[in-house]
Amino acid sequence: MIRELEYPFALNKIRDLTVGQRVSISGKLFTGRDRLHKYLFDGGKSPVDLKDGAIYHAGPVAIRRDGVWVVKAAGPTTSMREEPYMAKIIEHYRVRVIIGKGGMGEATRNACAKYGCVYLQAVGGAASLLAESIKAVNSVSFLSEFGAAEALWELTVKGFRAVVTIDAAGRSLHKRIERSSRRVLEKVLK
Amino acid sequence: MRNGHWEKNLFELIRRTSVDLPSDVEAGIKRALKKERKDSHAYWVLETILENAAISRRNDTPLCQDTGTLTFYFGVPVGFDTNAIVAHTRAAVAKATRQGYLRQNTIDSVSGASYDTNIGSASPVFVFQQQARKKVEVRLIMKGGGSENVGLQYSLPDFSINANRDLEGVRRCILDAVWRAQGNGCAPGVVGVCVGGDRATGYKQSKELFLRRLPDRSRVKALARLEERIMKDVEKLGIGPMGLGGRTTLLGVKIDALSRLPASFFVTVSYMCWAFRRRGVLLGSEGGVHRWLY
Ligand code: SF4
Repeated sequence: MIRELEYPFALNKIRDLTVGQRVSISGKLFTGRDRLHKYLFDGGKSPVDLKDGAIYHAGPVAIRRDGVWVVKAAGPTTSMREEPYMAKIIEHYRVRVIIGKGGMGEATRNACAKYGCVYLQAVGGAASLLAESIKAVNSVSFLSEFGAAEALWELTVKGFRAVVTIDAAGRSLHKRIERSSRRVLEKVLK
Repeated sequence: MRNGHWEKNLFELIRRTSVDLPSDVEAGIKRALKKERKDSHAYWVLETILENAAISRRNDTPLCQDTGTLTFYFGVPVGFDTNAIVAHTRAAVAKATRQGYLRQNTIDSVSGASYDTNIGSASPVFVFQQQARKKVEVRLIMKGGGSENVGLQYSLPDFSINANRDLEGVRRCILDAVWRAQGNGCAPGVVGVCVGGDRATGYKQSKELFLRRLPDRSRVKALARLEERIMKDVEKLGIGPMGLGGRTTLLGVKIDALSRLPASFFVTVSYMCWAFRRRGVLLGSEGGVHRWLY
């Protein structure tokens, strides 16, 4: 069964999700990667209200056609790079959803459990498909400072697909697979 | 060299590479799909990947937003003007960036500034080789950062993984690299492995193996056997597409060997994600298309 999630993301709905569930997201998403995370971590002011929102680790391919931004490709980027910043951002801004690929570390997992946030894995590289679920580019911030790939894009999406891989109870699918594959590896190498 | 058709056809090569997944890779993903349970994440991911490939073709949009490092492999006739074709290629890259087939994806490593059109030092990358024939062969590989970051080079013996200087040691390196990568290189990928060489040629060779089609086997018998063995071992790991579990962790493995110094024994593993962007073209002496490769 696919769970529908809609912005703003209510805490009780987020706490209800468990690892392995597939979700379909509608409403607002904010993109951000290294530059934005570092900026927010260092106490920079966010130009958008992140509360009960979702941060999507992505750097889209966007072009401007007749004054309107069109996103041509927008798959997730590796989330682990934001590990040093993520927990503080979850705490400070009460972000409820993180979307990216590859999972995150202990600090983020703990912050998810403590403050009520989930990590969703989108299919890495599925850029055209995920771009199709973007219905509008509402705004873009830090375009000239950070460049297009690192800017903060506010997007409206519909039916954006992902799967819960870290839930608000602190369970992590990434950790589970890493452990089970390690056990097999040791057997294969005997 | 007059411009003629050069720039136009190099641009077309970039466009195709960015939007059109090669048929051998797509066939590999379809085969993998059949092995996965219908209700699994693995099935869902592979299905999504195939759908994405179809949408990219239909909408003429990049397969993945990380349009990667562009490496152009040229095979050129004797006396060919390589400076001129470098200039044409750079112009084609700039145009493909402006048109959204490539992301603004190149950063100045000191200042952190982003380049507008992906033209920088070592961007794109050029590899030239002289060939006896009159035609110009151009092959392009686009490789994203997620997959590049999980590449590894081992110096044997490596006691941490019990890898000695033999093929069993090579097997240990490859399996260790695949395990470390988990889903982070956007599994299911293809690994290119070079045994021997020095640190630089090891990586170079491991990446050139991505020019080979998925079904080929190494011409060296012992390496072909190792390729098969690795595929069987990897299936058991259960890492699966995007690291969410499943049988399909790799679509293929390619192994090759270079000579080495007595003192060194490198095993270099490069990882190519499922968004395996590889295209090629054979151009005539005026830059017209003779035929498309792959
Ligand atoms: S690893 Fe490949 S598929 Fe994944 S985001 Fe990078 S370029 Fe795209």
